[in-house]
Amino acid sequence: MRLHPNDVQRRARAAAAFLFFTFVFLAGSFFRAQVLQHSEYVLKAEGNRLREVPLPSGRGIILDRNGAVLAENIPGYSVAIIAPSVDSLRAVLGRIATVVPLRPDQVEAAVRRFRRNAARATELLPSVPFDVVSRLEEHRLLFPGLVIQEAPKRFYPDGEAVSALVGYIGEVNETELAMPAFDGYKPGQQVGKAGLELQYESRLRGTEGVRFVEVDARGRVVRDADARSTLLPEPAPPLVTNIDLGLQRYVAKIFGDSLVGAAVAIEPATGEVLALHTAPTYDPNRFIGGIPASYWRELNDDSRLPLLNKATQGRYAPGSTWKLVTAINGLELGLVELDEKMPVPCTGGYQYGNRFFKCHLARGHGMLTLAQAIERSCDVYFYQLGLKLGLQRLVAGGIKLGGAERSGIDLPNDNRPDFPTDPASEYFTKKYGARGWTQGNSLNLAIGQGENAQTVVNVARFYTALAMGGTASTPRVVHGASDLTQVFSLDSTTTAGLLDALAGVVERGTATGSRIQGIMLAGKTGTAQTGKFVNGVEQDHAWFAGFAPAHAPRIVIVVMLEAGGHGTRAARIASKIVEYYLKVVPMQLFKTEGN
Amino acid sequence: MDYTLVLLALVLSVFGVATVYSAGQTDVSVRLVNLWRTQALYLALGLGAAWIISRASIHVLDYLSPAIYTGSLALLTLLLFVGRGAGTGRSARSWIYVGDVSIGQPSELAKIAVVIMLAKVLSSRSESPRSLMDLWRPAMVVAIPWVLIMLQPDLGTALVFVGIFFAMLFWAGTNWRLLLLAASPVISLVLAFSTQLWGAWFVLLILLVYRTKPFIVEGIAVVAANLVTGVAAPLVWAALSPYQQRRLLVFLDPSSDPLRGGYHVLQSQVAIGSGGWLGKGFTQGSQKRLAFLPEQQTDFIFPVVAEELGLLGVIVALALFAWLMMRCIRIAGRSQNSFASLVAFGLVSMLFVHVVENVGMTIGVMPITGIPLPFFSYGGSFMLACWIAIGILVRLSLEGRGRADTMVI
Repeated sequence: MRLHPNDVQRRARAAAAFLFFTFVFLAGSFFRAQVLQHSEYVLKAEGNRLREVPLPSGRGIILDRNGAVLAENIPGYSVAIIAPSVDSLRAVLGRIATVVPLRPDQVEAAVRRFRRNAARATELLPSVPFDVVSRLEEHRLLFPGLVIQEAPKRFYPDGEAVSALVGYIGEVNETELAMPAFDGYKPGQQVGKAGLELQYESRLRGTEGVRFVEVDARGRVVRDADARSTLLPEPAPPLVTNIDLGLQRYVAKIFGDSLVGAAVAIEPATGEVLALHTAPTYDPNRFIGGIPASYWRELNDDSRLPLLNKATQGRYAPGSTWKLVTAINGLELGLVELDEKMPVPCTGGYQYGNRFFKCHLARGHGMLTLAQAIERSCDVYFYQLGLKLGLQRLVAGGIKLGGAERSGIDLPNDNRPDFPTDPASEYFTKKYGARGWTQGNSLNLAIGQGENAQTVVNVARFYTALAMGGTASTPRVVHGASDLTQVFSLDSTTTAGLLDALAGVVERGTATGSRIQGIMLAGKTGTAQTGKFVNGVEQDHAWFAGFAPAHAPRIVIVVMLEAGGHGTRAARIASKIVEYYLKVVPMQLFKTEGN
Repeated sequence: MDYTLVLLALVLSVFGVATVYSAGQTDVSVRLVNLWRTQALYLALGLGAAWIISRASIHVLDYLSPAIYTGSLALLTLLLFVGRGAGTGRSARSWIYVGDVSIGQPSELAKIAVVIMLAKVLSSRSESPRSLMDLWRPAMVVAIPWVLIMLQPDLGTALVFVGIFFAMLFWAGTNWRLLLLAASPVISLVLAFSTQLWGAWFVLLILLVYRTKPFIVEGIAVVAANLVTGVAAPLVWAALSPYQQRRLLVFLDPSSDPLRGGYHVLQSQVAIGSGGWLGKGFTQGSQKRLAFLPEQQTDFIFPVVAEELGLLGVIVALALFAWLMMRCIRIAGRSQNSFASLVAFGLVSMLFVHVVENVGMTIGVMPITGIPLPFFSYGGSFMLACWIAIGILVRLSLEGRGRADTMVI
């Protein structure tokens, strides 16, 4: 075959042109990827090679008023896995399970976390002891992508004694992550679940750091450091509370394991909460790193409800401690004087309509003044005072004195008391129907029974007003300014007389067994009927609310014993607490240099 | 001697060995670390072979071509019985082993044998092919090794043969309408997946047949062949092995299966794209170091260049290839006889198909077929084949009209 030179040259030019344009097209493809889409591919390449390992910040420590520790961080270790896929994550978890026992729910939780964010090391065990770490390290080659690092672990040195205050922490759950308040939280992080840990989460949290490790295509860690600069965690500053740890321990010790109830101690001038306890209690340390199922079941099955904070959440009929509300109500309105007597003497009860209302003292108190009625807690006197006030003024006055509001304490689950709304007629009509109620309802309301259930801490708030001559202070656990509210005002002689009457309760009235040598304790007992009977005995709640010293109060104390019987039992506990606080040398004096 | 051609091939080879060295610098495995030494050895072998071949006159090649071709066919046949898989094509019987030592891939050398034999068959005619009947002999030259390679199976190499075949027919002066008619069954096959497209193509084909006015039998045969491939295509599809189906599908949509076939393309594109203008620095590519890049020493070696040396490195490499091939086209244009001219053009088309297919595959504009990049991809047989081709081209340049060193390109 002969090829004509002209034909050949023509074809050579065509071939060269084809070659040229093909290569220009290829170069254009590379230009598009390497220049136009460069940043997009850089992100993908970085995402390929870098995995985030969170560096938890130590939560802020929680201190009492003297600097003693309520909650701190101790060294701990967390275990996380870096895996390229769900399958290999499961394979590694399966191998780890041969060294460290893993529950199926832990495995599933880890898989969920991986699915949620594969660019982050998947946390497996947030808190493991050192022996587990050393076992894992021993077999390290079996577990590609294993990341073990120090993770400060929460520790409550006083455990059960402070659980009502500090609460506990746990892993942030899916519901919480969906809420706006938890913006910026990532699965696996620890958050406050109760108590101060929950209330002050944002202050205690600190800022989490991030470390980057470099991984290969199979998800094995290739380079640990310098993959990208580490963001160091910033620990949160300490949270200083008003709690007196010595007193708190003492209260917890008195309640022990047998009593059920709550106690609150407040400095009346400032609202500073000195101690707050609820019994029975739980050990917050066992919640760290996942609460064991058996312990959780035990707490939930206990009929005494250890997880319920009986000082802030639990609501109880206030009983005779409420008589002071009725008394002040009457005094402020000018309907009664401290030395005024009621028309009907106490003969162990009071006939109203076709119903006989009993006094707690069956043989009767006779004719009493208001001051004496307070001292001896005479029901008949207060039935008549209640009738004199009438239902509407009883309710309006109770609301004015704070009986329908939350105490405002800085703890979560501060429950609103059960109390009628103003106007009373509307409330009772709505509740019982137009004919379902009479002025007779005032009789019960006047002595702290009926449509009234208060939290222990709210009763304490009212008694700060009694102690301070009308100014109630909002209870505060954490150091900071308290809200002061003038809830009533009486002339000075009446105020002094009222204090005398309250002191008289302990000096010569219902709580004489609770006198403290050298300290004048003022207060009021209460025995609230519940309508619940065990073996034919009504399970009354025992109350004592008071303050000391009576004329220069430094502590308001409220003790409530669930099904505790007569209020004098609560009074005895309250007097011990007050005695400890006012007589025992404060803890800080024992401290020596270097502390 | 054509120093420019040799120098271009040598620069590309050194660039290639350096890239193989870089491909071995990883954070995950030491398996690839010393490959560059072996590759340098292959380069030396290739240089030696090229030198020897460039000493022999082109007439010797002409004379020996039937023997070379027959020998290649015999090797390819033998391969079907003793061949084994390696590397990307683990399931293909492409490799000859003696004991446990692999000797090479005969199909790489068979490409050159086919080029030479095809040149001989085409040049033995008195004029350019004018009808489909004229094409049956050259078609047989390609078809026999093509079938043998498809039986291994090695889709990529088989496609190279098709490319060489059409390029050499073009160079032999075949009318473009005839080429289109010859290629029409394949086009039907590709378009068969869409009834409308295939219908439109079939109307065009009838017009083409009418205009070209082939022999009656030819016309009927072409239309019949188009009907068969167009209708039989779904059946052929079902007959493809799953990995071939997947490769074709992944070509159409790489993101469809990111953890298998498409994963390679995606990671290759990530490596290329993250390189930017100037790259991450020699040996510093993270996609390569951390094994996200598949087969970084063979099929996907070009992304290593792109990741570490950036667009600049890519342009330099592509420009070197383009320069080399331009020069080869020039050699084909200046050859003294048609056999020499066809051999030169066949060899350059072989290089062209390899470069475009391999580079295009890494950036996602070509399907993944797993054929190597000349002078870059690690592998002895292919390095040898490329340098044999250079040796032949040097000889052709020497024997061509006019002094080689006066050529512009």
